Amino acid sequence: MNRYTRRLTRNKIWLGLSIGAAAFGLFWLALILSTLVWNGISGLSLSVFTQMTPPPGSAGGLLNPIIGSLILTVLAVVIGTPIGIFAGTYMAEYGRYDRLTFLIRFINDILLSAPSIIVGLFVYEILVIPMGHFSGLAGAVALAMIVIPVVVRTTEDMLLLVPNQMREAASALGAPQWFVISRVAYRAARTGMITGVLLAIARISGETAPLLFTALNNQFWSVNLNAPMPSLPVVIFQFALSPYSDWQQLAWTGALIITVAVLGLSMVARALTAKGVGQ
Amino acid sequence: MAALTLEAVDVVGRSTIFRRLIATDCFFKYLTRAAAILVLTILFGVFISLTVGAWPVFRTFGLDFLTSQTWNPVTEKFGALAPIYGTVVTSFIAMLIAIPVGVGIAVFLTELCPYFLRRPIAIAIELLAGIPSIIYGIWGLFVLAPFLQQHVQPGLINFFSGVPGLNQLFAGPPYGIGIFTAGLVLAIMVIPFISSISRDVFETTPAVLKESSYALGCTTWEVIRNVVIPYTRAGVLGGVMLGLGRALGETMAVTFVIGNAHKIAGSILAPGTTISATIANEFTEAVGDLYTSSLIALGFILFVITFTVLAIARYMLSRLELKTS
Repeated sequence: MNRYTRRLTRNKIWLGLSIGAAAFGLFWLALILSTLVWNGISGLSLSVFTQMTPPPGSAGGLLNPIIGSLILTVLAVVIGTPIGIFAGTYMAEYGRYDRLTFLIRFINDILLSAPSIIVGLFVYEILVIPMGHFSGLAGAVALAMIVIPVVVRTTEDMLLLVPNQMREAASALGAPQWFVISRVAYRAARTGMITGVLLAIARISGETAPLLFTALNNQFWSVNLNAPMPSLPVVIFQFALSPYSDWQQLAWTGALIITVAVLGLSMVARALTAKGVGQ
Repeated sequence: MAALTLEAVDVVGRSTIFRRLIATDCFFKYLTRAAAILVLTILFGVFISLTVGAWPVFRTFGLDFLTSQTWNPVTEKFGALAPIYGTVVTSFIAMLIAIPVGVGIAVFLTELCPYFLRRPIAIAIELLAGIPSIIYGIWGLFVLAPFLQQHVQPGLINFFSGVPGLNQLFAGPPYGIGIFTAGLVLAIMVIPFISSISRDVFETTPAVLKESSYALGCTTWEVIRNVVIPYTRAGVLGGVMLGLGRALGETMAVTFVIGNAHKIAGSILAPGTTISATIANEFTEAVGDLYTSSLIALGFILFVITFTVLAIARYMLSRLELKTS
């Protein structure tokens, strides 16, 4: 009997610990989000979206970094998505059993979680040094390199889910392979592929490290891709570490904006996949 | 006769269309292949460009770069030991906290949680993984660090002051920011990665295995300990390594709270620095080729370390995939 009670007690202790672990994890989520909302909302007003970043000690907004971030993100998606989709297509359709595909899958998975600051260093070496100055274009290329692995991964996964019978049916009707891929496989995998792009956008909209020495920063209005460009995460970094309380307040507000955008994008992506599975 | 000519024209037309289709197919195939090879090129490009950028430093200092603690931009003497030490120790603290908590959450989600709560909690934890690291950084700087400085670190210092060995580890004034705080922030960041992967691999355990051990009279804990964890060991390890890769390379969350001190202190409450924090803080201000090159060399070291860790992670995870498929 003693042995049984000991086993039961041990069971209770370990299961209790695991419930504790879950409570611990959720506690941090709640704490971080509530502090963020609390601190961010107090500085939220229309002027945040309509005014430029201020000099220390005066009021202002985050208009130029918001616009800069939007430009960088759009450009990165425009550069990265086609490359990612094509690479994923090769892996799933043309070279499904190639050695090359296995190698690329391995490398891509590593790129997926590689430190983003290294991407920044790489782009600095290949773009900023030859051009001679920091530029928005370099920032967009750096972000595109983070987009690519995410899109490759989801495109390949989603294309692999498309039933082969659909491809065979189209081929039997005489359609060449590119036609089968673009009209049948892409169409069947579309939701999943869009999800991948959304996840990639969510991922890059908060990235700071690769922008620090590619797009740099700019206190002024700038839409020139050939010049340093402001971005929300870099401005948050700079403002949060400054001693001025106005800047710190703007940093919190900017952090709230980014978080809302990222969480919103991930939720849309999640809703899309949930619907896709249900169909 | 007329019918024959018509047919001949038709054949010519068809073969043109056919050839065009083949050409498009060829083009499309090579386009996708080129994109796939580009992905491969990125990684090799990173490796080569970092090697080239770091070359002046390795030529000037040789292996001393790895073993020296000096970091003096004025005299142009650079050594990577302090950042490497900071990176390893912060990641170690992070994993010390994140592994038990992350795996514990996965156990809770797969075995204990009532069904209607499983999805919401799993989603919440995955959302925690999606929050940009700069948010953790700003929160760590303004909320966690002051709290630790006022309420936790003095207690730790007093508590361990009489314990030989540990009093060195928890010595010094409570700065708030430092190695310990950075490790804690990293732990909070890494927990969701470990728990979501562990949950996924726990769910690959065949129900038959679990049911048979329950039928033999095992308690839930015994089933987890003796069936689920041994079955999924490679996958859990893969998830842990993936989390470790994150922790090693994380930049923004650490840069805010590490304190940026280029020295190795015995105490984990003291400020320090990590590879990524050093690069983020100093790169744009670095003057002189040797200074810039030293920072790129740090990046090279980080790349080699994370590449190794991530490669092991992927190998472990792929082994589990082979087993389940």
